[in-house]
Amino acid sequence: MNVIKEAKPLGPANLGKGSKSLAHFNIREYGMYIALIVIMLTFSILTDGLFMSSRNISNLLDATGYIGVLAVGMTLVIVIRHIDLSVGFAAGFMGAIAALLLTQAGWPVYVILPVILVLGIVVGMFNGVLVASIGIPSFVASLAGMLIFRGALLQVTEKTGTIRIDNAHFNAIGNGFIPEITEVGGLKLLSLILGLAVILFYLYSEFSKRRNKVKYQFEVVSRPIFLLKLIFVSVVIAYLTWILAGYNGFSWTVVIMLLVVVVYHFLTTKTVLGRQVYAVGSNPEAAHLSGINVKKITYIVFGSMGLLSALSGILFTSRLQSATTTAGTLFELDAIAAAYVGGVSSAGGVGKVTGSIIGAIVMASLSNGMNLLGVGISYQYMIRGAILAAAVIFDVMTRRKRS
Amino acid sequence: MKDYILEMDRISKEFTGVKALTDVNFKVERGEIHCLIGENGAGKSTLMKVLSGVYPFGSYKGDIVYDGEVQQFHKISDSVKAGIAIIYQELALFPDLPVYENIFAGNEVMRGGVIDWNRTIVEATKMLQKVKLDVNPETLIKDLGVGKQQLVEIAKALSKNVKLLILDEPTAALNENDSENLLNLLRELKRQGITCIMISHKLKEVIAIADKATVLRDGRTICTLDASKGEVIESVIIKNMVGREIEDIYPKRNNKTPGETVLEVRNWSAYDGQLGRQVVKEVDLHVKKGEIVGIAGLMGSGRTELALSLFGNPRSYKLNGQLELNGKPMSFSHSRDAIRAGIAYVTEDRKGDGLFLIQDIKNNVTAANLKGISSSGIINDNEEIRVAERYKTSLNVKAPSVEQIVGNLSGGNQQKVSLGKWLFVGPKLLILDEPTRGIDVGAKFEIYTIMNELIEQGMCIIMISSELGEVLGMSDRVYVMAEGRIKGELPIEEADQEKIMQLATQ
Repeated sequence: MNVIKEAKPLGPANLGKGSKSLAHFNIREYGMYIALIVIMLTFSILTDGLFMSSRNISNLLDATGYIGVLAVGMTLVIVIRHIDLSVGFAAGFMGAIAALLLTQAGWPVYVILPVILVLGIVVGMFNGVLVASIGIPSFVASLAGMLIFRGALLQVTEKTGTIRIDNAHFNAIGNGFIPEITEVGGLKLLSLILGLAVILFYLYSEFSKRRNKVKYQFEVVSRPIFLLKLIFVSVVIAYLTWILAGYNGFSWTVVIMLLVVVVYHFLTTKTVLGRQVYAVGSNPEAAHLSGINVKKITYIVFGSMGLLSALSGILFTSRLQSATTTAGTLFELDAIAAAYVGGVSSAGGVGKVTGSIIGAIVMASLSNGMNLLGVGISYQYMIRGAILAAAVIFDVMTRRKRS
Repeated sequence: MKDYILEMDRISKEFTGVKALTDVNFKVERGEIHCLIGENGAGKSTLMKVLSGVYPFGSYKGDIVYDGEVQQFHKISDSVKAGIAIIYQELALFPDLPVYENIFAGNEVMRGGVIDWNRTIVEATKMLQKVKLDVNPETLIKDLGVGKQQLVEIAKALSKNVKLLILDEPTAALNENDSENLLNLLRELKRQGITCIMISHKLKEVIAIADKATVLRDGRTICTLDASKGEVIESVIIKNMVGREIEDIYPKRNNKTPGETVLEVRNWSAYDGQLGRQVVKEVDLHVKKGEIVGIAGLMGSGRTELALSLFGNPRSYKLNGQLELNGKPMSFSHSRDAIRAGIAYVTEDRKGDGLFLIQDIKNNVTAANLKGISSSGIINDNEEIRVAERYKTSLNVKAPSVEQIVGNLSGGNQQKVSLGKWLFVGPKLLILDEPTRGIDVGAKFEIYTIMNELIEQGMCIIMISSELGEVLGMSDRVYVMAEGRIKGELPIEEADQEKIMQLATQ
């Protein structure tokens, strides 16, 4: 036995056995997808199909946008065992700054957007320094941030009250749709092409992943199961595309949200940085002793949270076409709820950004569906609270069973 | 007939497959001071936890007869009610509360359903007199030294009308003066009729105070020595503590000529700001290529602190002294620097700060060397699986796949994953802290074999261990630590268990 230099040639026989079969179907991982499908089906039946109409789905996704991007950032914050309560009013404040620069300073939109995003990063990093270097518990540090941003938001909107924005380019971020070439049978062509491109990209990446595994002589799932998965996912994307193309096509909000999810999904699953984030979350001491700079990771995660708060502020301000004195109220709690519904664990180290975005869509679907059914707002809060509790109970139960 | 206050009869206790206690008999006479001694892991603390109900009735085999009756302690409060009090090495006091509140915490002096603070203070003062502690009962615990805190703990026990007082290494953190005071107090309590069991590693104290001493080894009772018969003397105790034969579980290594010096540490000290004391004191040490250097010593002797201070100082001790690696002076500001310089450290507590228990084998193996499986910051998943498979095979980790969650593996396999993680870094110097703690004999042998192979490939190893057999069986040279200092350096030819024990218990 030679420990370091020599490695046995690995045959497929002794590799990755049993880990890929359907028998190991992970209920924890797919739980919220199933929940989402159940919720959507239920509302579709109760509303006679109104819920799944092109117009409603398009609205629902647009309404998810500004919470969705926050939930993505919050996922990483919770993964490294922290919390950020300041993101709601930070978003509101930065949206108001954008509105001021636009209406009073008269800056062009393409300058304002990067400035606001960089401002977000700076604000987030500042939180990171308070938490990692000074050692203030993140709950307290961000609670202070929340109060400060709330005050700052009131301060800048005090004189004018609500700041109305009439810049068409800026307002398009939250309300507009990608430009259309033409319509084919009542469907938007460019959106159809975009949907098709997403499907092709998905198929390509899955095939190349499989080819790579075969090259390394690793075990892969059997061909029928592989194809079944491809078909299922492709059909879902195609269906969504078809629904959206039947209304106004893809909105800019949906495109931005998709981009954020794709980038963060890649960062968290494919890069050294992502690995270090999860290492810090699952055991900070071991991470430090493994040579990972825990402080640096904390700065980065809070910095990214700040960036996404700024983006959320832009999306929300643009959607309302104005900056209001109460913008951002309770966004942080919606984002945290979305992350928990999406399977993030408060014990740290566990949680996917894809899960959190599904969590955000689940919560938005509940509000949307209950609105369509005319359920009173008082019941809506109670039902959403119950769903949040149920999601965490499910999480705790499945974890207990596993260990 | 003798009057036994406590008779523990054929006590056996098992932790998922590991026998911690096997048919232990332990008898204590009323009014005596009885010392319980043995190596780390001999079962002393386990036995006391069985007695106090930490391990409830039913989780062990055998009988506890206390005060003439068979007892069934289901929880700690049951044993407290019976008059048994344990004072642990880590004191269970509330640092931000005053002395009087601490003494009566959980046992409040009540009147009409509310706490009577005035009487509490009066009673507390009485208790403090009993333990000869002259402090204002309103002093906060954190403002007292460790020695005085210990006395408060004893006062707390006395307030509960204790009949049997158990002290777990009471003098481990005390200076000579405080230790002497404590021993005098125990003699005084003995005159008042309180029976006392004391666990201690310091043989001088045992000899000074014990009426009887029971030696445990490998979870069995070896003997009970009687001071009145002149049996409690150092040579007899040490012989009984370590008397096990070194079985042939240490594989032989061929090439035994060490090469050039890899690590050299001179006058190395570390001060722990949080504890407010020096944890490593003026250590001189060197390690040569192709050498296994053992560091023996008892728990708390500063071995782990020494390792941490060398490995990038993650606990931010204040360091002093020189550290040279391959002849070059070094200073590390983060564990990352130490890793880059070629040092790897397999921690003592693999679950606490060694492994990512909720992650799978492959993520653990690559965690300290993500560069090795990535290019421009992007991870090659397949390369990672291949690396993990390589170590899984060569280290013989028993798991269905590298995607197995590490928390679900046995101790031995976890330790191999931990080793794999550090071997993938490609270190020159490997520091192993208690490499075989809590793992079975078969896995131990495998780990020893791996160590020998690494040495033959030109690595050098520092092995910190509390198991004397392992130190003697594997090392080329042995340092013995006690109280943060290196108390002696022994070439393996001259080292034996008695010599090491003598140095470690100085």
